Amino acid sequence: MTKLLEINNLKTQFFTSAGVVQAVDGITYDVAPGETVAVVGESGCGKSVSAMSILRLIPDPPGKIVDGSIMFDGKDLLSLSDAEMREIRGRDIGMIFQEPMTSLNPVLTVERQLTETLEEHLDVTREAARARALELLNLVGISEPERRLKQYPHHLSGGMRQRVMIAMALACEPKLIIADEPTTALDVTIQAQILELMKDLTRKLGVAMIIITHNLGVVARYADRVNVMYAGRIIESGSAEQIYHDPKHPYTLALLQSVPRFDHTRGEKLKPVIGQPPDLTKLDDGCSFRPRCAFATEQCAQAKPPLEAVQEGHISACWEKSNVGLEESAA
Amino acid sequence: MWQYVFKRLLLMIPTVLGAAFVIFFMLRAMPGDVCELKLGGEGAYVDEAQIELCREQQGLNDPLVVQFTNFVGGLAVLDFGTSMWTGRKVAYEMGLRFELSLQVAIMATIVSIVIAIPLGTLSAVYQNSWIDYFVRSIAVAGIAVPSFWLGILILLALLSVSDALTGTRWTPPIDYVPLWKDPAYNLSMLIWPALATGYRYSAVATRMMRSALLEVLREDYVRTARAKGLTETLIVNRHALKNALLPVVTVIGIEFAFLMGGLVVTEQVFNLNGLGRLLVDSVTQVDYTMTQGIVMLIVLIFVFTNFLVDILYAWLDPRIRYS
Repeated sequence: MTKLLEINNLKTQFFTSAGVVQAVDGITYDVAPGETVAVVGESGCGKSVSAMSILRLIPDPPGKIVDGSIMFDGKDLLSLSDAEMREIRGRDIGMIFQEPMTSLNPVLTVERQLTETLEEHLDVTREAARARALELLNLVGISEPERRLKQYPHHLSGGMRQRVMIAMALACEPKLIIADEPTTALDVTIQAQILELMKDLTRKLGVAMIIITHNLGVVARYADRVNVMYAGRIIESGSAEQIYHDPKHPYTLALLQSVPRFDHTRGEKLKPVIGQPPDLTKLDDGCSFRPRCAFATEQCAQAKPPLEAVQEGHISACWEKSNVGLEESAA
Repeated sequence: MWQYVFKRLLLMIPTVLGAAFVIFFMLRAMPGDVCELKLGGEGAYVDEAQIELCREQQGLNDPLVVQFTNFVGGLAVLDFGTSMWTGRKVAYEMGLRFELSLQVAIMATIVSIVIAIPLGTLSAVYQNSWIDYFVRSIAVAGIAVPSFWLGILILLALLSVSDALTGTRWTPPIDYVPLWKDPAYNLSMLIWPALATGYRYSAVATRMMRSALLEVLREDYVRTARAKGLTETLIVNRHALKNALLPVVTVIGIEFAFLMGGLVVTEQVFNLNGLGRLLVDSVTQVDYTMTQGIVMLIVLIFVFTNFLVDILYAWLDPRIRYS
């Protein structure tokens, strides 16, 4: 199967007064048409930056994509002109942001914000754009769409705004949607609704999705494949099943153990991932996770472990990956 | 909305009353009075009885409470009284200058808006480029240069430019003709003071525009607009400008009110018979009624401009709905 998106050795750095921040340090992954891929990691691991890099929305300065290639639908996004890139944004790739409260313009109506994408990319009349906007609001399950079109974002609840964001991202029937922590700012009950909606719509419309999250629960339920990021690199990648039930990297393992579960006995303490993520301006030659790792050995300080296959479709970057597993550490 | 307008108008009353109180007693605290100055100002001998008679006629011997009540009572029916110096109605004297001052203030405000909004926008969009530095130097110069000095430069420039081009020296006419009588003549006179003061006041607004827009351009919704593939021009015009205008509108509104009575020196340079000059004259003449009248007029304009700015807010930002 041909891939829709192929990211190869992407490196994005921020040139700040404190030094060069290696926010994304050579990541490689791909997304097939219609597939949902999750990128997981804790705050500051580079997952959002990697997503923003795909659309070339990194603020420059200080940010810069210094190396790598992003092939989307046969085009190298990094070599396109600004005008060509604008045609891709919003039309072929839609984006949903984390903060529905601040991601919609407070002084423009819902209608204006929905139709402008259509008017920009498709040759439509004002009426056609309006009709499509109504259709989109229906699609994302907003009641009384006629009335909502005329309203401003502050009239809508958080969940409703995120539905509007989804409608905006879907407006031009994109091939790929990038959702950057789409539910982090929402109530738990609303989170589930929004995720269900996104899953439904991507299935129904055959849209591929990259979902960026730090919530492993989201991953388990909604993603086909999972990339776990740590300190700007992908350290483990596999199907949701493999990552969840057979993690082969100490960091993934630690993450899974830090999540509260129903099948744990009451009163049992959660195990947080101890220590702090590394300073991305001062990365050394060794494995970045080594200071927090229970499996660390001499070798880990010498060189960064390469991503190597553990099974079909499951790769991990750990020198000790054969020793890592759910059962051993639980014992 | 209408309820808000009404409430807002009612709230103007205490503000105006407070201002009336302050100006009334500040004037009374000044040494000397209009009768001493008018009758004995030149150093000539005046009979003490005559001064006393004048005071009696002007009501200066009444208790302060009575004077104040008369003043405020007059205000309530928009009667500013009679000038203690000229003996003419204060409203009449102000009316002579009001049109001129209003026109200069409006024109200067337009000049200031026309300069500040495009330049501030350019400066923010091309932050840290030569355009930005250029605009910022213009703005800093505007803050540093007094408008009367700029006015003198403009007059000198007009003289030498007209001399070089036509062989005859031309300066703006110095007699005021209302705009509706002879627009060309009127504008040929008032455009220059409007430019001088407009530039001066654009400086603050330009810097405000720049910083407000820079802030807005970092907002999440601007990133959303970029992710939609909109052009940068559309993003600035549709998404950013309206959000960035709020503080700029405030600054411009306050400036407008100030321009109505604060152009004393510029009026002097361009030989304009405006409210500012009348105010200064009436203060040196210890003309209580005239000074009070002009100050109250400026207060009313201030209060009303602020009210308009608030209404404009609601139009710019739908989150502000007055109820």
